[in-house]
Amino acid sequence: MSLLVNLAGLVVIGLIVWWFWLSSPRARTVATGAPIDILVDDGVYTPGVIEAKAGEPIELRFLRKDASPCAEQVIFEGLDISAELPVDRQKTVTVTPPAPGEYAFTCQMKMYRGKLVVR
Amino acid sequence: MADSEHSYRFSIGGMSCAGCVAAVENAIRAVPGVREATVNLGERTASVSGEVAPEAVVAAVGQAGYEAAELRGIADEAGKEAAEMAHYRRLLWKFGVAAAVGFPLMGIDWLGLMPPLAGWGQAFWIVTGLVTAGVMWFSGRQFFVGAWKAFRNHNANMDTLIALGTGSAWAYSWLISLWPTLVPALARHVYFEAALIIIALINLGAALEMRARGKTSEAIKRLIGLQPRTARIIRNGKEMDVPIEEVGLDETVRVRPGEKIPVDGVIIDGHSNIDESMLTGEPLPVARGKGDEVIGGTLNKSGSFLMQAKRIGADTALARIIELVRSAQSSKPAIGRLADRISAVFVPSVLIIATLTLLAWFNFGPEPRVSYMLAATMTVLLIACPCALGLATPISIMVGVGKAAEFGALIRNGEALQRARSLTTVVLDKTGTVTEGRPRVVELLPAEGHDEAGLLRLAASIEAASEHPLAEAVVAAARERDIAPETVEGFEAVSGKGVRARLAGAEVLFGNRRLMAESDIAVDDWEGRAKALADAGQTPMYLAVDGALAGVVSVADPIKADSAEAIARMHALGLKVVMLTGDNAATAEAVARQVGVDEVFAEVLPEQKEEKVGALQARGEVVGMVGDGINDAPALARADVGFAIGTGTDVAIESADITLMRGSLHGVVEAIAISRATVRNIKQNLFGAFIYNGIGIPLAAGVFYPLGILLNPMIAGAAMAMSSVTVVTNANRLRFYKPKREVRA
Ligand SMILES: [Cu+2]
Repeated sequence: MSLLVNLAGLVVIGLIVWWFWLSSPRARTVATGAPIDILVDDGVYTPGVIEAKAGEPIELRFLRKDASPCAEQVIFEGLDISAELPVDRQKTVTVTPPAPGEYAFTCQMKMYRGKLVVR
Repeated sequence: MADSEHSYRFSIGGMSCAGCVAAVENAIRAVPGVREATVNLGERTASVSGEVAPEAVVAAVGQAGYEAAELRGIADEAGKEAAEMAHYRRLLWKFGVAAAVGFPLMGIDWLGLMPPLAGWGQAFWIVTGLVTAGVMWFSGRQFFVGAWKAFRNHNANMDTLIALGTGSAWAYSWLISLWPTLVPALARHVYFEAALIIIALINLGAALEMRARGKTSEAIKRLIGLQPRTARIIRNGKEMDVPIEEVGLDETVRVRPGEKIPVDGVIIDGHSNIDESMLTGEPLPVARGKGDEVIGGTLNKSGSFLMQAKRIGADTALARIIELVRSAQSSKPAIGRLADRISAVFVPSVLIIATLTLLAWFNFGPEPRVSYMLAATMTVLLIACPCALGLATPISIMVGVGKAAEFGALIRNGEALQRARSLTTVVLDKTGTVTEGRPRVVELLPAEGHDEAGLLRLAASIEAASEHPLAEAVVAAARERDIAPETVEGFEAVSGKGVRARLAGAEVLFGNRRLMAESDIAVDDWEGRAKALADAGQTPMYLAVDGALAGVVSVADPIKADSAEAIARMHALGLKVVMLTGDNAATAEAVARQVGVDEVFAEVLPEQKEEKVGALQARGEVVGMVGDGINDAPALARADVGFAIGTGTDVAIESADITLMRGSLHGVVEAIAISRATVRNIKQNLFGAFIYNGIGIPLAAGVFYPLGILLNPMIAGAAMAMSSVTVVTNANRLRFYKPKREVRA
């Protein structure tokens, strides 16, 4: 019994490491030139992973439904872009990713977290 | 998504007839996603609805040969405030309902009146469980939904921790309510009240945080408050008051005395004195007349005038300043990145620590093991809040940048703010920075047989035809004293020396010593006085009539009244002050002495300024360069922090690291002092957040249990809720920060 519980605990740790750090979401939205709608609600950006090409501007249209203040800004790390998101009103943010790589976009507190995957 | 359908309003410039209306309408309708477009010629506006980005509409109208600008205004802010209030009240309700059920349950427990887990007692617990479920659905559903959605995205956040902590307490409570015999008798404790109280407290914390946050953006609110709400426009010959958002490009606006100027534009009729202090900090009203630009948000003091709107909506200087402050408020300096990196891996790490805690209690814990295991694990989950860590930097930046804006210093981003704090040397451009940049006649020294007015009349008459900057000073001085210049004949400029002309038959010479020497005019008696003037940083000019000296007019670029005081304050901050100028060494030295700078680089060509900054950096100095933004641009860019001075209404606000809206050097001192205070505040916040988690997590895990210390999950929940409130409150202290004004010698 005790061995079983300990084993289960270790498996849980392994699953945490795998799920949150090693694997990444399969659902990606690929930028095609059309604007991409991003819903800001319930602690996540939907879609949260966006694939784009370096040097090609993409239009991200944020719609914030969550009234809590941590959702009020979206900050693109390393790109020097930020925008204030009004509640219930679309806000367009145009981003031109400079070089291939991964750029996080988050709220102030980093509770909302999304990723821009640039190829 | 059905929600992406929106309606926008635009102002359209350049329309004159019904044909234009059709052209604009067609251009807008051709934009993909537009469902409806109506153009109103009388109002010069367009209403557009559909799934479309407003920028695309503006571009399309532009291509059709008209100007469009999205009409947006204070309505947004009012809406934001209302949404915030509604959210605040909702949080309080959630707190209230959870507390109203949770606290009585806790009271029963403390009084030892808990029913047993058998017979009628079991029925009591099952009913309690159902009530609790309802309350948790009302007060805490957002945590569970958020946790689940984040989990599916391979993310973990604060919601994850709360949902796991309270969810496991709730599930365990149901388990023993239904099947009490599953766990040892000693461990049969129900945690329904703990789950409710934790959820109540976290909602309360969020509400308090929201209240405190509202204050952090006061600076922005003040700037927005400068925007007037209505404007009096003249449309088709009729005057009417319209909301500010409806003022179109090129429309004629009437501004009456005591009113705020609604948008940026140009005066087309009338003149007035305008108080621009709200934007530039310049205390004295400035005179503006036909052809002069006026800035929206400033106050028209005396006269009434008509102006033409040149920049509206998001294009006005005020709107750009607000936008700049806003975007600076959300950018982060390097100091915050460590916290960012930690908070990115924080929650999964806490989950692992929680699992290890569970295993440790399971293997080595005292009886009732199940109870300890659950309580400790839950406490670990609840006390670890990534919020305080994530909030520590941005919230201080927000207040600090806003504070600086209050003092007329626009800081471009968090990086500039952080670098400004570590400056060791400030380089000042002389002309226009230390001095006013506008030469003035400071002394009139008539020779025997002449008087001041006569001397000035002669000088102004001969200079009226000249284009030299010093000539402008002489002419202006004459105008100030109501001295009308006379017409001269045979005007001739002698390069590098001065000018000569004939006035009423007399030969008049005006220029430097070399010009006098050339014409054999004796100036020996004046040598001493002239040298004294030059030593004081002035430029003496000799005036001779028919071969005899009539006197000396001394011109200088006056030092700004508060330069010396501001430089003393820089010294008080431990900064070295260097002056850079293209002027000759004698003048530069004289100015330097009067204001107290430590080092002077004189006779520096504009293109060498950047090199000088580089040389200082090579010496290991962290250099802040203060200049007027145009000819100093390369040096400003080269410096660690570039301060553009007195260009608050220019496009230049986007090129400097820090823009000082008023022309005083005090702004530099204040920006540096505020940046130091802000970085100190960030460090306090980060220290607090790290310590809080650094002590809180081991404490919750039970590391100090051998000493008899173990944390209650409810206290952990309260602490979590309070951690971000603490950070926001500490950042709020910055609002009361005042840079020291007095200098001790
Ligand atoms: Cu948060």
